[in-house]
Amino acid sequence: MSDRKKAVGVETIGMAMRFGAFTALDDVSIKVPAGSFHALLGENGAGKSTLVKCMMGFYHPTAGDILVDGREVAIASPKDASALGLGMVYQHFTLVPSLTGAENLVISREKVPGIIDWRKERAALAQFMERMPFKLPLDVKVAELAAGEKQKLEIIKQLYLGRSFLVLDEPTSVLTPGEAQEVLGLVRGMTKAGDLTVLMISHKFHEVTAFADDITVLRKGRLTGTGKVSELSHKQMAAMMIGDQPIAALDSRAPVPVDARQVLTVKSLKAPDRTGLKTINIGALDVKSGEIVGVAGISGNGQKEFLEVLAGQRTRDAGDVLVKGSPYGASRAEARTLNVRFIPEEPLRNACAPRMTVAENMAFRTFDLNEAGKPINWIKMSAIRDYATRLVEQFKVKTASLASPISSLSGGNVQRAVLARELTGEVDLLIVSNPCFGLDFSAVAEIRARIMKARNAGAAVLLMSEDLDELLELSDRIFVMSDGALVYETPIGQASVQTIGEHMAGHH
Amino acid sequence: MDSTEIGLWGVPLAMLGGAIRVSTPFIFVSLGEAITERSGRINLGLEGTLVFGAMTAYAVAVMTGSPWLGLLAAAAAGLCFGLFHGWICKFRGVNDIAIGIALMLFGSGLAFFFGKPFIQPSAPDLPAIPLGGWSDIPQVQAALNVNVLFLIGAALAVFLWWAFRNTRAGLILRVVGDSSDAARAMGLNPNTVRLLATGIGGALAGIGGAYLSLYYPGSWTEGISSGQGLMAVALVIFARWNPLGCFAAALLFGGAGALGPALQSVGVTQGYYLFYAAPYIFTLVIMIATSSPSRSLAGAPGELSITK
Repeated sequence: MSDRKKAVGVETIGMAMRFGAFTALDDVSIKVPAGSFHALLGENGAGKSTLVKCMMGFYHPTAGDILVDGREVAIASPKDASALGLGMVYQHFTLVPSLTGAENLVISREKVPGIIDWRKERAALAQFMERMPFKLPLDVKVAELAAGEKQKLEIIKQLYLGRSFLVLDEPTSVLTPGEAQEVLGLVRGMTKAGDLTVLMISHKFHEVTAFADDITVLRKGRLTGTGKVSELSHKQMAAMMIGDQPIAALDSRAPVPVDARQVLTVKSLKAPDRTGLKTINIGALDVKSGEIVGVAGISGNGQKEFLEVLAGQRTRDAGDVLVKGSPYGASRAEARTLNVRFIPEEPLRNACAPRMTVAENMAFRTFDLNEAGKPINWIKMSAIRDYATRLVEQFKVKTASLASPISSLSGGNVQRAVLARELTGEVDLLIVSNPCFGLDFSAVAEIRARIMKARNAGAAVLLMSEDLDELLELSDRIFVMSDGALVYETPIGQASVQTIGEHMAGHH
Repeated sequence: MDSTEIGLWGVPLAMLGGAIRVSTPFIFVSLGEAITERSGRINLGLEGTLVFGAMTAYAVAVMTGSPWLGLLAAAAAGLCFGLFHGWICKFRGVNDIAIGIALMLFGSGLAFFFGKPFIQPSAPDLPAIPLGGWSDIPQVQAALNVNVLFLIGAALAVFLWWAFRNTRAGLILRVVGDSSDAARAMGLNPNTVRLLATGIGGALAGIGGAYLSLYYPGSWTEGISSGQGLMAVALVIFARWNPLGCFAAALLFGGAGALGPALQSVGVTQGYYLFYAAPYIFTLVIMIATSSPSRSLAGAPGELSITK
């Protein structure tokens, strides 16, 4: 591990991958020279993952060759790939949560002694970390690290294992802007120094522009474009990515009426956080009809718990939550009479019954009501199906059938189905959390447009997001949450990324 | 005062002795189950393995005259049961808990079937070490007459506690138990690791069974285990998958189990039956006291089907 390998270049020639009759990858040749930072763009299902999985030895390509440093190599398994210095950082963390950072690093090594001499290992790790651009606590369980720290540890792990060509699969999707800048900046520095070659899968154009040298774009398994970042505009990249398919445009923002009524009021709310050791404490928060109030913050600062309290998933110790003046305890009856709708993060887990069908999931709000909104005793499957058919069409949910389990849908389509359910009918209060997490370009644009539309139609929207760009694009007012409390409030007109970032980091 | 008359002091002393005597099978079964559960699987079949181990050990000891051969045979039988459980569970859609229950019934049934001819003959006992020689009070001597298996169990608990963090095998076990995906990304095969972990767990449960039939109570009967294998599984959860915790919990259980007989021996004639239920009530109370509606079980391996 101590001998630092120089960066290697990787090239694929005519790569093709067929699963039965389905062609996931068709004649794709890309070239990533040693020491470069290459971005791989494409929508979900464009074949990016398939391509890198072929490079990493997880899949055996139907046709095509891989060249490492100009020599043709056979990569039959991930082991072969790592022997050549090829490594991958996954979108989802592959660290073991209950092990410490040091344990994670040591156990992932190719050769681990039968009995681990921790004194020696610790000394070696300290020495290794000296040379690393980031500092990390290695004696803490990974489960207790923040997302940004985990992502850094994932990258450090690859470097510790002596990999000099890294595939980063949407590395910043779980990071705050500050963390993303930091991590990518450091990786960029290492490529510039010639220690590392990076192939990054990404959806975020501003990251690509800021950090990458070249891009390759895939669409439906085919190579649709390649070139130098410095010579391409965002518009050209988007055109390569999505072809001629239209992108939903954001509604223009209707001004908030001066006399807009207050819909959501939260007063001195207290609740235990996930660890049970700290409490979250929301002093005062109000959302008016026709405005979007954004809550920014680094993950793990109590946003999730706050949301869980509002959703009724967590009990509160003290405080009031009022919707249109009446107390709100998140019961079904209250949500129905007060028109409260909810789009939680990880919708498959928090808003769906994964094994029930698409139609059933879409009917969760309405299945026990008739057309007039009165409770019924006998449920009509045909009514549920008709309702779902209408919504699927309206919200463009792509599903094989209404009877397939909702867990078989892609992330974007699960989110569309949930949006369809939550945004249909009267909506006075909409509570949204990280609605675009892990979704592709066109799905993101569409979902943001839907939220804006609901706002313009008079809904009060509380939007929690870890994506600051999203908050700046959608919100009328932004709060910053740090250490379980709302520490800063600013109207969008005066919002500055820098000030918000400082409050997020808790520097005030 | 006569030295043999130690009055109420006899109760804690008898409980200590009882704890040491009764806890040994709990120690082995719970350590075995801790290994299995740390790998991400639950083997409820250990109750059956315990009974079958008891029968095998007794039968082999009767036939060969050596309790140590009996012990080895019990461990081997336990290993087979564990490996069988591990092998079945690698198939898709197989539920480890259901297989465990099936193996529990299978193990007990098989033991009763083969064990019929061995209810009468008597087998040689496993040796005990008299650690109470310094005292001339017979109760103290009786309480400190410690079986070698208890000492081995104690050493094993310490060893496992150390090994979980300081050996490659220990770390691999924890990796597999906490995240199959991470294990696969590391090039480990979770099924192989779990197969071995379940096998070792079974072998330890077999040894626990040998203790039952070859030392205390020291004979083969069909009601020999009375659910100790199942209680040991609960004990692992109570001990938060920590081997030292398993050891301590096993001692507590043993002590609670000895409460009834101890009270009886000092002349309490009424209501002591209630104290026979002490271990069970104890389990319930501890489970309730250590659980929380808002926290998830701390320290639970992430791949365990009951905590997923």
